Amino acid sequence: MEDDAVRERDARAYEVVHEAADFTELKRRYKNFVVPWTVTFMVWYLAYVACNNWARDFMSTQVFGHINVALIFGLLQFVSTFVIAFVYGRFANRKLDPLAAGLNAKYKRERRR
Amino acid sequence: MNTLLIPLADAEPGNQALTISLFTAVVAVTLYITWWASRQNKTTADYYAGGRSFSGAQNGLAVAGDYMSAASFLGISGQIALYGYDGFLYSIGFLVAWLVALLLVAELLRNSGRFTMADQLAFRMKQRPVRTAAASSTIVVSIFYLLAQMVGAGSLVGLLLGVTSEGLKAGVIVLVGALMIVYVTIGGMKGTTWVQIVKAVLLMTGTLLITFLVLLKFDFNLSKLLGAAADNSGKGEAFLQPGLLYGKDLIGQIDFLSLGLALVLGTAGLPHILIRFYTVPDSRSARRSVQWAIGLIGSFYLMTLALGFGAAALLDTGKDSAVAASKGNTASVLLAEMVGGGPGSVGGAILLALIAAVAFATILAVVAGLTLTSASSFAHDLYVNVIAKGKVTEKNEIRVARFAAIGIGAVAIGLAIPAQKLNIAFLVALAFAVAASANLPALLFNLFWKRFNTSGATWSIYGGLVSAVVLVIFSPVVSGSPTSMITGADFSWFPLSNPGIVSIPLGFLLGVIGTLVGKDRSSELRYNELSVRALTGAGAEGAGKH
Repeated sequence: MEDDAVRERDARAYEVVHEAADFTELKRRYKNFVVPWTVTFMVWYLAYVACNNWARDFMSTQVFGHINVALIFGLLQFVSTFVIAFVYGRFANRKLDPLAAGLNAKYKRERRR
Repeated sequence: MNTLLIPLADAEPGNQALTISLFTAVVAVTLYITWWASRQNKTTADYYAGGRSFSGAQNGLAVAGDYMSAASFLGISGQIALYGYDGFLYSIGFLVAWLVALLLVAELLRNSGRFTMADQLAFRMKQRPVRTAAASSTIVVSIFYLLAQMVGAGSLVGLLLGVTSEGLKAGVIVLVGALMIVYVTIGGMKGTTWVQIVKAVLLMTGTLLITFLVLLKFDFNLSKLLGAAADNSGKGEAFLQPGLLYGKDLIGQIDFLSLGLALVLGTAGLPHILIRFYTVPDSRSARRSVQWAIGLIGSFYLMTLALGFGAAALLDTGKDSAVAASKGNTASVLLAEMVGGGPGSVGGAILLALIAAVAFATILAVVAGLTLTSASSFAHDLYVNVIAKGKVTEKNEIRVARFAAIGIGAVAIGLAIPAQKLNIAFLVALAFAVAASANLPALLFNLFWKRFNTSGATWSIYGGLVSAVVLVIFSPVVSGSPTSMITGADFSWFPLSNPGIVSIPLGFLLGVIGTLVGKDRSSELRYNELSVRALTGAGAEGAGKH
């Protein structure tokens, strides 16, 4: 059963990577970014939905010309989505990718052993 | 298909001739792409994942092409034209939802799966029950979405060509169905992806042009555009404030919250979106494709604001107008005619035909993506791994996928023709609700909760799927209100049209209960392996040979 031998070798390599300090660090960085940001954009979005339901006077306040709070709040949802997507991309490129690449190389080395 | 279209041209000459030539051009270009792509489909990775050779930007365009259906192109601007500010709310949920996909799903899925949503679950669970569950929800979600698109296609193409006969609308459904079967069986993922890319470019260009022409009329002054829209709508400032469409009473407000939840959590569980992440070589390109998609989809929805309010300002949207009669769906097209110089002008005729052709390309691309998704899941999950238990050659697997595409296409055509007279626009919102209640809990638990096991996965998938569908069956959407799908009877007891607020928490809860009841801990063995693979890409399927 050559397949089983290959599986076992892969499983060992994964286990080695899993125990590496870099992997713990990668997981920590990923979670520390993703959890607070997900909570933030969900709360921000649900606040918008709730204001459309239950804060209509506030939403209808005119800011300038025919532009009111509701429209600005809606457009800010666009801005925040663009900004978070950009910030995450930059964070992942700088802080996650180098660690992931190193661990990936480690996995390949371990498989060859 | 020419024999089908020529009588339409004869029925109402003039603009129709131009529209039909552009429709034919769209069909010709997409068929050429399909033929070209078919010569490169050799392995299962080619057929299901386009050889994983698309760049982040290309896939981003294709994702946007898959996502911006005719419902959102014509529907959202139409809703804004009729209901003002409230028409805009759908698009915000649709956009913010991409952050869930970007932060929690896209890259990890790309690293840990191969071709379908089920692959990622089957990584550490018992193959057969988990694949059966995931394939069921994939096929149900895709067929709901597909039906809504195809029925929409019949009436839209009818509107665009000025056809009212039921027989000809059925003809349009058959034509659209036949084309999508050809794209998917012959072109596979590579052909389908290029069709999406072409469509996305056409859609963005067409929308940008109309947006520019609308803003030109209002000196690029947003406030002036909004003021004109509010005046012309006859509703004054209320047209620019929340409340014309959603949340008239407490039930309506809870319903709107429920819709908002399904929209924001559904996208990252839509199978036809998920499988797009397998078409790129690595997780970095998956990330870039979501970033591109967010940029494109966000700009598109911003432009629908100009389109919708532009239509409200420049067209007649009163009770007896053509826009109101089509529930807003003709707003963009008639607006294009108006900004091109008005009815009867050459510029108006050209722009109208152009936007109609863009809408047609949009329909074709979206239905092709959905058919491919269900065919892949049927062949790869149900046939290969459940029925044949993995003992299938690649060549045979592709053959099964092709037959599945023909079968699913035929079923969709068969269901769409009798459904024409029913009000089934709610199926898109239901697809999002099922995706959020059935698929998202299983995907997230599998990635982030070690203890999660096979029974947890099946409980959350079937539980989310069944609860969302059952709640809608017993809601005013199906019976008991003047706008229901079935008007003769009333068996509704669930007050909300959108089940998300109940079915999404239920899907997550059942995932937890199922896991604890199941007691099985064998799925923990490969959790470390899954998390290493998901986060680092170690051992993930690469581009080309594997």
